[in-house]
Amino acid sequence: MNRAALLLLADGRFPAGGHAHSGGAEAAVRAGRITDAASLEAFCRGRLHTAGLVAASLAAAAALGAEPGELDAAADARTPSPALRDTARRLGRQLLRAGRTTWPGGQLDALATVFPRGLHQPVVLGAVARAAGLGPEDAAYCAAYESVGGPATATVRLLSLDPFDATGVLARLAPDTDRVAGRAVRAAREALTDGVDALPAASAPLLEISAEAHAARGGRLFAS
Amino acid sequence: MHLHRHHDGLGGSGAAAHRPDGTRRALRLGLGGPVGSGKTATVAALCRQLRPELSLAVVTNDIYTREDAEFLLREAVLPPERITAVETGACPHTAIRDDISANLEAVEELEERSGPLDLILIESGGDNLTATFSRGLVDAQIFVIDVAGGDDIPRKGGPGVTTADLLVVNKTDLAPHVGADLARMAADAKAQRAELPVVLQSLRGEAGVAEVAAWVRERLAAWQA
Repeated sequence: MNRAALLLLADGRFPAGGHAHSGGAEAAVRAGRITDAASLEAFCRGRLHTAGLVAASLAAAAALGAEPGELDAAADARTPSPALRDTARRLGRQLLRAGRTTWPGGQLDALATVFPRGLHQPVVLGAVARAAGLGPEDAAYCAAYESVGGPATATVRLLSLDPFDATGVLARLAPDTDRVAGRAVRAAREALTDGVDALPAASAPLLEISAEAHAARGGRLFAS
Repeated sequence: MHLHRHHDGLGGSGAAAHRPDGTRRALRLGLGGPVGSGKTATVAALCRQLRPELSLAVVTNDIYTREDAEFLLREAVLPPERITAVETGACPHTAIRDDISANLEAVEELEERSGPLDLILIESGGDNLTATFSRGLVDAQIFVIDVAGGDDIPRKGGPGVTTADLLVVNKTDLAPHVGADLARMAADAKAQRAELPVVLQSLRGEAGVAEVAAWVRERLAAWQA
């Protein structure tokens, strides 16, 4: 257990490509669904309990040592949007690159060799957490926090939202983030014995639909 | 000047100088500079000049995604599969300096797709005078400013002006129209950069990009030696 490594992995400055993605916030801003701190909070709460929960459980399962290929297939089944699947694998490759250089070792090298086209980002996140000496709770926290941290940062840039307000949103979501991480770890432990179908499959249809529209649109600031 | 910058042995960072099969990978040159200074026009001119003799590709880092890539495609300076646009999430300098993972992925994909390349030009999105490329991404960098942006820019300095491997002062043909003093710009640049080279160019003039192209050839010869 190496708690400082958690800070490093959860830091938004960790160079794994996240800065170019808004987690659906740009599409929501464009559609008028995020206009201020209150609507950002509602968006983030929804994302945390759907995409965030699924990502956290995948990350926790990977950190527990579940088979990455099976987890990747489970992530595909829980990601209807081809654009989001593509984004998830791209971010997975970028995170694996950063992880391999930061925490060198055979396990991550093997992942890159066996899955040259990449794995969904949460699966890589769990594997990188494991390589960094972290446990499933840490991996779940990273994924859950990232699911709301990315959109909040992006919204500061998109709406010129007061950065203190955006940070306040994340603070108010902290108890929910705790609950989501806990639930994700319980599901990940179940998946070790019962298979990946035990992982949550909470879905946010509007995130999936707007991701497709966003991917087809020119003049965007964020890749997704 | 550091003509030989060996990055061997850095493993997964992408900066390693050799491909997995042991051959030397493409030389990676970054082009940075303020908005509108002529980075994309310089890249296009370099492609036209060098494509008969070299196998090359371009990565653009746009602010609004594909503008620069689409300009290069319209100008047909390279086949479409040789041009990749990286999206930068409203922060172009982050993608070339603080978090280079998307750009590293783009250059590796270009080499995978096109076979071995000699040269990859990585153009940054228009940014400010402090934007520089990470040494983990490029082997050398060119900073492009222009006379219309103010002839005091070389004097003001900043990391791009003072540390880039080549400083290009572009659009010299506009100097009489904007009241820019070229001699002063050249002298200020020399004072800021000591031995590092400076090229004053007008892409509309007869010589065009020739001097920059010659510098690129020299870097490439050193890289491949």
